[in-house]
Amino acid sequence: MANAAEGAATKGGFRAWLNKRLPVDEFVQSQLVGYYAPKNFNIWYFFGSLALLVFVIQIVTGIFLTMNYKPGELTAFDSVEYIMREVEWGWLIRYMHSTGASLFFVVVYLHMYRALLYGSYKAPRELLWLIGMCLYLALMAEAFFGYVLPWGNMSFWGAQVIVNLFGTIPGIGPGLVEWIRGDYGIADSTLNRFFALHVIALPLALALFVVLHLVALRQTGSNNPDGIEIKAKLGPDGKPLDGIPFHPYYTLKDVVGVGVFLMAFAIIVFFVPTFGGLFLEKPNFEPANALSTPEHIAPVWYFTPFYAILRAVPDQRLGALLMGLSVLVFLFLPWLDRSPVKSIRYRGWIWKLAVAVFTVSFLALMYLGLMPAEGTYVMLARIFTIAYFAFFVLMPFYTRVDPVKPVPERVTYHA
Amino acid sequence: MRKLMIVAAALALVPAAFASEEGGGAAAWQTWHAGNQLGDRASLQRGARNFMNYCSGCHSLKYVRYQRIGVDLGISDELVKEHLVPPGAKITDYVVTAMPPADANSWFGIVPPDLSLITRSKGTDYVFRFLKTFYADPAAATGTNNLVLAGTAMPHVLSDLQGVQRAVFDEHGAFQSFESAVPGHLSAAEYDAFVRDTVNFLDYAGEPSKLSRATTGVWVVLFLLLFTAIAWLLKQEYWKDVR
Amino acid sequence: MSETSITADDEVDHSRRRFLTAATVATGAVGTVFAITPFVKSWNPSERARALGAPTEVDVSKIEPGQMVIVTWRKQAIYVVHRTPEMVAALTQNDSKLKDPSSADSRQPDYAHNEMRSIKPEYLVLVGICTHLGCLPKQHFERGEAALGADWPGGFFCPCHGSKFDLAGRVMAGSPASVNLVVPPYEFRGDTIVIGVDQQSEGVA
Repeated sequence: MANAAEGAATKGGFRAWLNKRLPVDEFVQSQLVGYYAPKNFNIWYFFGSLALLVFVIQIVTGIFLTMNYKPGELTAFDSVEYIMREVEWGWLIRYMHSTGASLFFVVVYLHMYRALLYGSYKAPRELLWLIGMCLYLALMAEAFFGYVLPWGNMSFWGAQVIVNLFGTIPGIGPGLVEWIRGDYGIADSTLNRFFALHVIALPLALALFVVLHLVALRQTGSNNPDGIEIKAKLGPDGKPLDGIPFHPYYTLKDVVGVGVFLMAFAIIVFFVPTFGGLFLEKPNFEPANALSTPEHIAPVWYFTPFYAILRAVPDQRLGALLMGLSVLVFLFLPWLDRSPVKSIRYRGWIWKLAVAVFTVSFLALMYLGLMPAEGTYVMLARIFTIAYFAFFVLMPFYTRVDPVKPVPERVTYHA
Repeated sequence: MRKLMIVAAALALVPAAFASEEGGGAAAWQTWHAGNQLGDRASLQRGARNFMNYCSGCHSLKYVRYQRIGVDLGISDELVKEHLVPPGAKITDYVVTAMPPADANSWFGIVPPDLSLITRSKGTDYVFRFLKTFYADPAAATGTNNLVLAGTAMPHVLSDLQGVQRAVFDEHGAFQSFESAVPGHLSAAEYDAFVRDTVNFLDYAGEPSKLSRATTGVWVVLFLLLFTAIAWLLKQEYWKDVR
Repeated sequence: MSETSITADDEVDHSRRRFLTAATVATGAVGTVFAITPFVKSWNPSERARALGAPTEVDVSKIEPGQMVIVTWRKQAIYVVHRTPEMVAALTQNDSKLKDPSSADSRQPDYAHNEMRSIKPEYLVLVGICTHLGCLPKQHFERGEAALGADWPGGFFCPCHGSKFDLAGRVMAGSPASVNLVVPPYEFRGDTIVIGVDQQSEGVA
């Protein structure tokens, strides 16, 4: 300790001056160099840091969009076209923001799927998972409000459908919908309050949850593909034998991940910004029109699994309820999973089958939610809805009888 | 893990199976593609002229300025003023139509839509097919109807170029083919080229940055490739430590 | 094989690490500058602002001698004065009353850097913004106007802080302003003055 302090003091006047007033070196030392992470992270472990990167991209591009965007039913659509055409590089900033929105969900879904594969939500990381779920819910709200802002025809009707979902709540429904809109239809007042929530309230909430998520992670330490607690095997220096300092090893690895991610990001932004109508939908290039619903109305791809569940149920109230449950059910994952083993590597065939069924159901529902609600599509959506919920509801039972394999004491790592 | 990937791959085939179901009974015109090239500047310039001559009487491009068209398509200010800017308008004005909306409403029963974003909201193929599938229909107020937009209020303003065609339907009312009723000034190939140029210009007008963004993108991706390669070498160097 | 996951420090090629670190940081810094550029540039006047700031045209044949018209260019008032031959002749006698008679410290295009501060002596073009604190100087072209004293040569008087300018926009001694009114770039096209373009800078200056 004395040596480190001395080193800092001799390193230069400013650094010493700074560290005396703000513990910069101490923070880096204790939180990055002194933080030991399992050495066996694989590709699935890039998505946490990438989510943080996309968050920063969204904040920065969002701030710059706000400089020219004008909320208001008469100005919003025009101001977006103004950004796309008249502001120098405005199109780039807008496409970065619209692409970032979709890629945020890509990395968050992969991040959550990683937790499912390796049991990262299990004790002692239940709260880490719950805070992550809060992040995810806040992100969904943030994305929905953001989607309304361009005030295209899909924005308008998307808002109409989602807000009307609250009308299914018994008793207070109709009054609640009117209160959310601040008018008798989706209107100027709705757009303005959604704007306020999108640019101030939810970003603040997201930032808070990100900090809590990181603090909770630091407390429990990262899980790993083997699902082994590395803190159980400490070396003579008190450091985990299977751990390596987060900095420089994982910071450098994450930089490579950032490079690869930014390449994919740039390819979309510069070559296929609408991503074939998945990231920016065609009807949204028509201004909001309260007298004309787009022929085929579907939310953006990241909401479609839940939307498909809504449409699969032939009862309005039950459909809305099941859709809400399909999202919230993730909150109970740490307690539904009764397996003694975390990682899929050491679980039995029952769990592997269950995860496969869930994966197929989720992706199939995602696809079906983009398709019109007719004929075979509805039938399939019903089947996959049942499979989706079966994965969660039956989990306490099949995880107890799943034939698990013995878990090794040390992580597997091939240099 | 491997089993999961096989399942995922099998799932990826599902959409393809659905798609093939839909494509079955498409009529010939539904498979036409605009095939316009934004890199073809001469085509864009011809398209701008076509738009001003045939479309701008009724349709505006309210997000596009004459001068910007000139700059983006390499037309000098003098030529823009001479050929594109209507009398009374300034080169810095937006491309608005002289037709008062109220008059338009009484003539057509609808205000002709602004076309700034038509290729973005409907696609280039849609506009291409629309301009090619007008056919004589005595029952329609304008004397013509359209296969893409049945009952359109728009008259066939390009009939002197394309001529007038009759549509042949089978007993179920399904479209079979076109036959020429009155020949136009242009041959079928020339008319296709005329429509393609016009669609090309509208494609540009829908997103001016489209002319340059791919070029910028190539440089950005190349730079990121370089950065990632260097960062990867650095990461490999440090990871030698890890056993 | 020891049990720890990290090899000891002395087996490391430090020079290679230093080089690769420097290369990564340098490339990253260049990339950051690239990435920041579009955001900085998005603050420039937009295409629309530039279009609205495009040159303004004034038909000077419609301005009677001794009269002034005010037009706007880039949200500034532009004064265009048709000076009579008497006004022009009188300008040569003002030097002793002026702070900057030769406009050495003042802003004007080179082609208007002369005694009349104009391309053609009879037409004066000025940015109508007082060089003191930005008010609009008022037109007081009458010589010896009572309120401004018997030796008033005719010109502009700024009501805010009392700055006085002659009919070439030159500031007079005793004014709070210290430099002459600005001459904007302009050119003649026949009887029309185009404000905002000139021979030196093509297009929108």
